[in-house]
This record gives sequence, structure tokens and C-alpha cells, in this order.
Amino acid sequence: MLDSRFVLLGNEDNVFVCCERVLAGTEVCLEGISVALNTNIDVGHKIARYNLKSGEKIIKYGAPIGSTVSNINFAEHIHMHNMKSDYIASHTRQNKSGEA
Amino acid sequence: MLGYLRADGRKGIRNIVLVTYLVECAHHVAREIVNQSGTDDVHLIGFQGCYPNEYSLKLMEQLCTHPNIAGVLNVSLGCEGFNREQLTKTIEDSQRPVETLVIQKSGGTRTTIEAGLEKVKELRAIAAQAPVVAMETSELVIGTICGGSDGTSGIGANPAVGHCFDTLIEQGAACIFEETGELIGCEQIMAERAITPELGEEIMKSVEKAENYYTQMGYGSFAPGNAEGGLTTQEEKSMGAYAKSGSSKIHGLIKPGDIPQQGGLYLMDVVPDDTPIFGFPNIADSAEIMEMVASGAHITLFTTGRGSVVGSAISPVIKICANPETYKNLTEDMDINAGKVITGDATIAQVGDEIFELVKDLASGKQSKSEALGHQESIITYKRFDAIGPSCLPTIR
Repeated sequence: MLDSRFVLLGNEDNVFVCCERVLAGTEVCLEGISVALNTNIDVGHKIARYNLKSGEKIIKYGAPIGSTVSNINFAEHIHMHNMKSDYIASHTRQNKSGEA
Repeated sequence: MLGYLRADGRKGIRNIVLVTYLVECAHHVAREIVNQSGTDDVHLIGFQGCYPNEYSLKLMEQLCTHPNIAGVLNVSLGCEGFNREQLTKTIEDSQRPVETLVIQKSGGTRTTIEAGLEKVKELRAIAAQAPVVAMETSELVIGTICGGSDGTSGIGANPAVGHCFDTLIEQGAACIFEETGELIGCEQIMAERAITPELGEEIMKSVEKAENYYTQMGYGSFAPGNAEGGLTTQEEKSMGAYAKSGSSKIHGLIKPGDIPQQGGLYLMDVVPDDTPIFGFPNIADSAEIMEMVASGAHITLFTTGRGSVVGSAISPVIKICANPETYKNLTEDMDINAGKVITGDATIAQVGDEIFELVKDLASGKQSKSEALGHQESIITYKRFDAIGPSCLPTIR
């Protein structure tokens, strides 16, 4: 069962995408497991579907969209701080992780 | 739908008199002519640079002979490097009326503006005589771009445009998607959709070129707002953007200003050839829209997550908003609320059908939001391209 505030875009994906802002500490149901989020998650942002190892490919839309740069726990926010492009570096204005 | 029939057989959905400036030095005079004309069917475009450039000349030629254009007034300072003689000849060859004012010979700002207003009045009188004829969906050229993308773009808006593209192509229209630099990571799946293996190879090469080009620039086509909106990498943004192309076969690979001669899906290669000499491929969304219009787009479908307010000179823009929160903030600028997909209030197909209906409404004269608000942005930059090779436009279907 998947919480209605998240969506799985491809069956092989290892990320869920947020459809409605969820605050840190909120319990959400992912893969049939109830878990409290440790950061705020904004619309459009990704969280881990499983525990992921450093160097693993992130799969979204059934396609690789980059690799993790550290171990990532189930339900943890996935963004600039723990994953990178396999093609070309991304840049941000204040180098912030995008966590709301 | 009804269209304005031009001498070359193409049909426009608008009947516009175009005023151009051929160098930034003529911009103010040209803009005053447009502003003082007191009507919204006189539009302004121009090229700011003084050094000549084949790409910008080609874009100006294609824009001045776009099917939405009834006649043109060129405003030149006089000494700039832009080849106004060739531009004038191209417009004449298209059997459109064209007038040129050279400020250095016209007595300065005020007298040139006055002369320009007279010319525009005459051009509008000619435009009013353009024959109005029936127009089919198969005669439309529709482009798509995305701007201010976020993590919602690839969920609602982009797949809905893809659905609309599938419908348009089934009915014989030509549809164009782009930006090879924003398709990095999708090259293999795109190549597999090409109608010939040779076209597939050209598509692979165009994306490799884009990756190489952006690597040399030091940035991908990835803005800070993309990251704030939940996108992390170029290839993630690409996968979301790619959904705009729908599921049709890819019929050709064109460059800016190349006009599809038959229906089908076309990828536009917007990244300059050779080593970078003029900087970033597209400096802002409006430069991408201008390239779509130069390739004949009657309408551009613009998807956004973070939000945008731009429209375009010459051809209207439909703005499709993927993010329900952005839609709430920018409702007056958004034509379509694709955020309904995320909130579970509509399917991708329903939003796609809504876009298709709006395309037909616009082609029947209805104004888009940005059009009604008076948005007429345009940018033309310096670029360098080789002509496309024969395998880019296979003749088989």
C-alpha cells in the first residue's frame, strides 16, 4: 500500500515522488510499512523506496537518473546531497539540498 | 478551423504585421512604431547583434515568412552587418509586402517612427485582404518546450502534452519537440523510436554533441529552480521532458528554422555544431520558442512546474502547469491545470484531450492567456549550424 501523498512512476523505480508536501515527523505508509519522515518533503521531491547502497543507480520512470553518493535509508530524502548525475554536474544557486 | 491563406500555400492562424529591428540600435524606433500603432496585431521581433550570422539571418527569414505573418516592416539603423537585402528578397519571394526604413537616411527617431506608422497602416490594409479558408488539423505545426521544470513536470504536464502530440500526429499534424541538451540520458530510447536506423544514429550523435557542448560550457541545462522543485540530475530532468514527445515514431531530426514538410514527430537539434563559439545553446525559454516559431510552429505548448508568464511574438503559447501549487499562484497566466493529475482529479489522457481542444480553439481565433495579456517575447541569438544530413529526414513513412 502506498500513501496517497506519494506516487511510484515505474514498477522498477527505487524512489517515490511526493505529490503533496509532508512535514518532518509525519507517519506515511510506504510498501505497506508505516514510517516517520525525518525531513520535510516538498512536492516533486524523491524519497527512497528501499535501503540503497552508495554507488547504486537511482531508477525513476524505469530509467536510471543518476547514482547515489552515500548509503540512503528507506524513506529518506534523495537529492543533491546524496546523489549525482552520471553525465554532467548539476548546479544550484546557494548549493542547498532543496529540503524545504 | 479557419486559416489565412498565404501565397506559398501555407496557412496562418493569425494575421500579423511584423516590425523588425535589424540591430539593437534600431530597437527603440521599431518598438515605438509597434506601441504607437495601437493594435495587438502588429508584433515586434529583432536581432540585436551588429556582426552578421547565418543562423540569425535564417531565423529572421523564416520568422518574417511565417504563415501567421501578412507583411513586414524592417527597421535598420543603416550601418549594421545584418544582410537586410537578403531578408527583403526572401520576404518579397514569399509574395508578402515588405517595407524597409533606414534610420540614417530617414531623418532620425521621430521622422522614422512617423514614416513607420504610415507603412504599418498600409501593411495592415493589405493584411485585411488575406483570404480566409478552411484549415485542417493536418495543416498545423505544433511545437513544445518546457521551462521552470520541477519534479511535477514529468508526472502531469509533460505526459499530457505527449498524449496531445499522439492525437495531433494521428490526424496528420507535424509536431516538434526539443532540446537535445535536455534529452541527455534518453538518447538510446529515442534512437529506437526513429523510423530508420540511420535517423536513430543521427539522434544518438545529436545528444552526444549536446552532452559534449554543455560539458564544455560547465553547466547542464539545469537551473537552480529545477533543484528546488525536486529534480536532482540532468538525466532526471530529461526523462521528465522526454514524456512531451508522446509515443509516435520519430520522423525526422531538424535544426532551428527547418520546416517539416509533412506530418509526424520531429526532434529539433538546438545545440550548435562544432566547438562552442557563441556560448550557451539557448539563453532563455523565449529563445527556444522563437526557434519553434521559425520552424513553422503555429502554437507552442509550454509546460512548467515552477511557473512562467511568457508568451511569444508571432505564434501563441499555451501554458500547461504541472504543479497544483504553482497553478494556484499563477492562475491568470496558466491555460491548462495539469496539476489535476497529481491531485488525482484528472487522468493524463483527460488533460491531453483538454490541450488538444485548446489547440483547435486557438487555431479558430481564441486567444491564449499570455496572448490576451499582451506577452510577445522574442530572442534571437548567435549560433552556428551545419545543414542537416540526408538521413535526418527519411522520406519513407
